[in-house]
Amino acid sequence: MDKYILKYFNLIRTIIAILIGVFICILIIFIISKDPQNGLRYFFLGPFSSTGRFGNVIEMASPIILCGLAISIPFQAEQFNVGAEGALFIAAAVTTGFGVSTSFPKIIHIPLMILVAGGVGAIWGFIPGILKAKWKASELVITLMMNYVALYLSLYIINFHFRDKKAGFLVSYQLPKTAWFDQFIKNTRIHYGVILTIIFIILVYILLYKTKLGYEIRMTGMNINFAKYGGINTFKIIVLSQVIGGFIAGIAGISEVMGIHRRFNWQGTPGYGWDGVVVAIIGRNHPILIAFASIFIAYLRVSGQVLNLLTDIPAEIVTILESIIILLITAEAFLTQWKYRITVREAEKKEVKIESPS
Amino acid sequence: MGVILSVKNIVKVYPNGVVANKGVSLDVEEGTIHAIVGENGAGKTTLMKIVFGIEESQEGQIFFKGKRIKIKNPYDAIKNGIGMVHQHFMLAQDLTVYENLLLGIEPKRGIFLNTKEAIEITKKVSNDYGLSVPFDKKIKDLPIGLRQRVEILKALIRNAELLILDEPTSVLTPQETEVLFNTLKALKKAGKTIIFISHKLKEVLEIADKVTIMRDGKIVVTKDAKELNEHEIAYLMVGREISFERIPPNDKQGEVIFEAQDISFINEDNVKVLKGVSFKLKSYEILGLCGIEGNGQTELVEILTGLRRPLTGKILLKDKEITNLLPREIREKRVSHIPEDRMKDGVADRATVEENIIVDRYYKKGFSGRLLLKEKEIENHSNELIRKFNILTFSSKNPVSSLSGGNIQKVVVARELSSNPLIIIADQPTRGIDVGSEELVHNLLKDARDNGAGIFLVSADLDEILKLSTRILVIYNGEIVKEFINQEGLTGRDLGPYMLGLKKEKDNG
Repeated sequence: MDKYILKYFNLIRTIIAILIGVFICILIIFIISKDPQNGLRYFFLGPFSSTGRFGNVIEMASPIILCGLAISIPFQAEQFNVGAEGALFIAAAVTTGFGVSTSFPKIIHIPLMILVAGGVGAIWGFIPGILKAKWKASELVITLMMNYVALYLSLYIINFHFRDKKAGFLVSYQLPKTAWFDQFIKNTRIHYGVILTIIFIILVYILLYKTKLGYEIRMTGMNINFAKYGGINTFKIIVLSQVIGGFIAGIAGISEVMGIHRRFNWQGTPGYGWDGVVVAIIGRNHPILIAFASIFIAYLRVSGQVLNLLTDIPAEIVTILESIIILLITAEAFLTQWKYRITVREAEKKEVKIESPS
Repeated sequence: MGVILSVKNIVKVYPNGVVANKGVSLDVEEGTIHAIVGENGAGKTTLMKIVFGIEESQEGQIFFKGKRIKIKNPYDAIKNGIGMVHQHFMLAQDLTVYENLLLGIEPKRGIFLNTKEAIEITKKVSNDYGLSVPFDKKIKDLPIGLRQRVEILKALIRNAELLILDEPTSVLTPQETEVLFNTLKALKKAGKTIIFISHKLKEVLEIADKVTIMRDGKIVVTKDAKELNEHEIAYLMVGREISFERIPPNDKQGEVIFEAQDISFINEDNVKVLKGVSFKLKSYEILGLCGIEGNGQTELVEILTGLRRPLTGKILLKDKEITNLLPREIREKRVSHIPEDRMKDGVADRATVEENIIVDRYYKKGFSGRLLLKEKEIENHSNELIRKFNILTFSSKNPVSSLSGGNIQKVVVARELSSNPLIIIADQPTRGIDVGSEELVHNLLKDARDNGAGIFLVSADLDEILKLSTRILVIYNGEIVKEFINQEGLTGRDLGPYMLGLKKEKDNG
């Protein structure tokens, strides 16, 4: 038993963090709600109450997953950046502009859209990458600042060049149908971008754990001195990890536009980039775990919407839950005493085993 | 005389699962010098850290002067009269000697430090024990030997009756060691008890009254020093015979294959740490570089391996210039590098053994295709090296952090020696590893030499330098001050004055 606890300690720790968060939320619901029973039912089962709502979970998880993957690659190289939000936004804006002003058959238009978005995101990632590699400029500060640059630059592009004046809101022209991700499950908005997301989960997994480049990224992250000493070009890896991250983040944005809104309708950043940071932390930068973490977060968000709609509990309860979980997972000392006690028990058992025959 | 310190049944498990003490009991008599010897990893430093309150044990009791005491932190230990001088000194570099000595117990006048009284107190204590120190100099301006003396005084000023010294001679030259030993003898005469941790057997026999030998977290035996000799201690420490003999030079006359010409370097603090270093390295030889740490060795090695760029100077490999090449380019010319600090440069400790072994070769044909790594080949290669170099690990997929220090070093050495190197730059290749691993590394270096490699051995351990080197260079303050041909009869005493900068080649004519 102890052995398994040690082996899966990080997973168990995450689950305990989630349970503690849920417990506190249940308490809060009991305190603030007039009808806590109903509230709890919607809190846990809301997303399963209709196909549409469950579809919402999947469709919302998709950009979060992509952003988590985008963040995880520089994270693995120990580049603590928060640039996915900006890369996603600027890539979506530029690519929407590209989409509405070009016409191709669908089979060409969709790949082109993806490549343009990825390219713009990659360029957006290149800037903090090269600044870090060359002048040791903090990638955290730069990406944070660049998120604002992306926001206002994108709004300028959309509002001044591609604004649909016939629409009643500040939105771009609608994309031509050839640039749409079709929705393929009835009563939901699940679109082909979700398939693309699944492909990216696999690709990122292979990249990180099976390729030379992934090895270089991980070694640079685990000990940059060791990587340099071993002959890895860490300059290249720092830049490249940000570029690849930016590429994926760019696709996260345009996938959402092509599959759901079919036009650029954001006037503020949607927050998926931030969710990406959250799921990368919860999933410890592992693509598969990031997918689960993203679905979990999306599930909570949909729960929140249902609660808002059908009960007297505000959707912010979900934010509380998320915050508690993140707090506990990032608090390094959380449960380490427990782990230490088990380690001691295990070690003593082993020592006794060695001792007894002699 | 009575027992001053008695520990009973100490068990200590570290958070990574290593059991450092497995039920250790020990009595130390008052007014003696009690040596604790054992290999690295035998648990002697851990035991002392428990006594001094730096680590807490899971089980066991500590009795001091007959009373059971609880020591939760160093403050408790000091209060009870236990002092410790650490291997790495705990001094504030930018404060003066007396400020360091009285840190936390300063005499005050109002809210100000009473400087006059402070100097008075330090003078008195230093006179009482005959330990003179320059009171108003800053620590950073003092040589290592004096810094150590400040550490000892620091403990005495806090009324330590029991003084623990952790490997005190590992940073000293033979001459400084002699001075330290006189100090310890004087302290003993003054009624103090001293625990002396070491793995240098000659010194232990010279200074100690009692010797406790530890192995693998347990006490093997405690005996009077008079009843023991060097070979006996070594045998009890390691559990088998080991040789202290010098490795004779290879008779083959090699050609010069590696050359440094007039290397100089200015560091980040604008200090010129290398002042025109030149040397030639031949095949079939081990060229030893000895010197007190911090005299430019680290920078020199980093320049030779491409991790730093020199200010001036050239590096030639078989008459071809390799100055300013990237680390990978230098490695591809068959230059290996065993780094000074294995945890900083030599490994990524969260990565697996495999991942650590392939860092210099993962991109080569046998280990990867155009994009993908060949996992099977990597695993087989790693397992082969694990077997060949006798690395103790459950699997090649275990993280390096789960290995002991000696085995981590073996991972580094396995990687660096298995790439068929022409030049091996070995910087402290056996620091902090057990005697068995040390012997293995020494033999591997010798084998590489006999196969025609040239080895540049940098070490602060004089015994290692004397055991292996064909020729010896002494570095002081960024300059090569002397070259010796290593032959029978050359001892640390001959090297010491040059290491301290007291003598230079020119003085000899």
